[in-house]
Amino acid sequence: MTLAAGIDVGSTYTKAVVVDDDLAIVARAMAPTGFKLAQAAEGALAAACTEAGVAREDLAYVVATGFGRHQTMVCDARVTDITAAARGTTHLFPGTRTVLDVGGQTMKASRLDGAAHVRSFRLNDKCAAGTGAFLEKTARYMGYGTTEIGALVETSKEAAAISGVCAVFAESEVINHLSEGVAPADIMHGAIVSLVGRSVQLMKRVRMEPEFTLIGGILRFSRMVDVIRDQLQTDVNVPPGDLVQFVSALGSAILAQRRVAKLGAPAT
Amino acid sequence: MAYAAGVDVGSTQTKAVIVDERLRIVGRALTDTGANVMRAAENAFQEALRDGDLREEEVEYVVGTGYGRYKVTFGNTQVTEISCHGRGAVHMFPNTRTVIDMGGQDTKAIRIAPNGEILDFCMNDKCAAGTGRFLGAASSALDIPLPELGPTALRGERPVKISTTCTVFAESEVLSWLGKGKRIEDILLGVHESIGTRSVGLLRRVGVEEEITFTGGVARNLAMVDTLNRRLDTHVNVSEESHFMGALGAALFAFDHIVASRAPARAGGAA
Repeated sequence: MTLAAGIDVGSTYTKAVVVDDDLAIVARAMAPTGFKLAQAAEGALAAACTEAGVAREDLAYVVATGFGRHQTMVCDARVTDITAAARGTTHLFPGTRTVLDVGGQTMKASRLDGAAHVRSFRLNDKCAAGTGAFLEKTARYMGYGTTEIGALVETSKEAAAISGVCAVFAESEVINHLSEGVAPADIMHGAIVSLVGRSVQLMKRVRMEPEFTLIGGILRFSRMVDVIRDQLQTDVNVPPGDLVQFVSALGSAILAQRRVAKLGAPAT
Repeated sequence: MAYAAGVDVGSTQTKAVIVDERLRIVGRALTDTGANVMRAAENAFQEALRDGDLREEEVEYVVGTGYGRYKVTFGNTQVTEISCHGRGAVHMFPNTRTVIDMGGQDTKAIRIAPNGEILDFCMNDKCAAGTGRFLGAASSALDIPLPELGPTALRGERPVKISTTCTVFAESEVLSWLGKGKRIEDILLGVHESIGTRSVGLLRRVGVEEEITFTGGVARNLAMVDTLNRRLDTHVNVSEESHFMGALGAALFAFDHIVASRAPARAGGAA
């Protein structure tokens, strides 16, 4: 059996996935990225190896992706986030034509053709209002941590109006809402609606078409998925459970396996 | 003696100023705006009264300004902060043609005619980049109190290049530079340079003409003053009262109302 791995060094979390030659996931691991990107990549890969019960040398090929991919040496090749996400999403949902990836500090939309090739993509990485950081900041202004966002927003009945122009300006809006007695859950819901508005804009710019596949840490929030489904007026694919966070790492691992198949396993 | 007051309810802090008939500042106060904007305005006004040893009835007219100006419920009227900052700056430095105002969440560039009229202005209304909040982010990331940022940055020699635009992401960039072993002084100098670049960009959009007066809370930061001086190749005017410039302008507008209301009486039955 040949094993290969993918590492996704994301802005907030680093993910590693090990797949076998049937492209089944053998192990996966995740750790906060922090500021030492090389260490984060190494740590996540080591944790995934431990979980798989193999040594680093047992991996035939390793592909890295994510914004920190150039800082790691524990890989044989690197691919862009967009390529990795295209491969991962079409593996899970072969009919995928539009991919939306919302992470801690980035948002990416891409359109694929029928053969999993990227036809168009757009990024938002300059402004926190279009990323998971917007939700994190909104939660923090109200005294909630990121882990509490999902449960909090589930109790919302109605979204409060949040303009979503700037994650810093949102603080004044949040404070105004709180002082007028608006429930934190409704404010959080409003922040999600605003973030979804930005996502849909980004997808429009790549000329979105169904099927839609949503990935990235922020899509763990089912409310986020519901609001996207409402705004797009169509069903969307979402990988189950926390797999939603590992899709780009999975895509990289699949690309690593393909490389092995093409080259033959590298001599170790 | 008649007194006039201006209350400037800013995004971060609320300022109140009381002037006498000779347009001298006789009372001033500074409080955090916080969640209850109405109470912040009231508190600042009461504190300014205490500072000037005045009773509320002695103040004939109150003008509210700043983003929360409509919450100055005891005020007689409201004037936009652009007009007030322009007015205050010209009062302190009569040759002012350009004002750069840096507050907690916004930065404004204002161009002023020789007669004190506002010709044009520009402000960041969609994004907090290049505002006082950028310094706030650096302050919390590095755990250095705001008043020490300037003096620390002035000791910097080789500024790091801050590449992020967004204030939220700047916090992590500052920490990543620290992780790469850069000196705090050089990181902070880089932060000031980055704000300098954005504010000079804003100034150029309204047109820069001397003299330039630097107002707002950030004007107390010596490194920011130094950065602007270098970028603009000039010496910007900075007043001890720079923080109170909007409130001062509002108080001056309030005084106009007192003068206008007296005019018919002085005309002595001509009406």
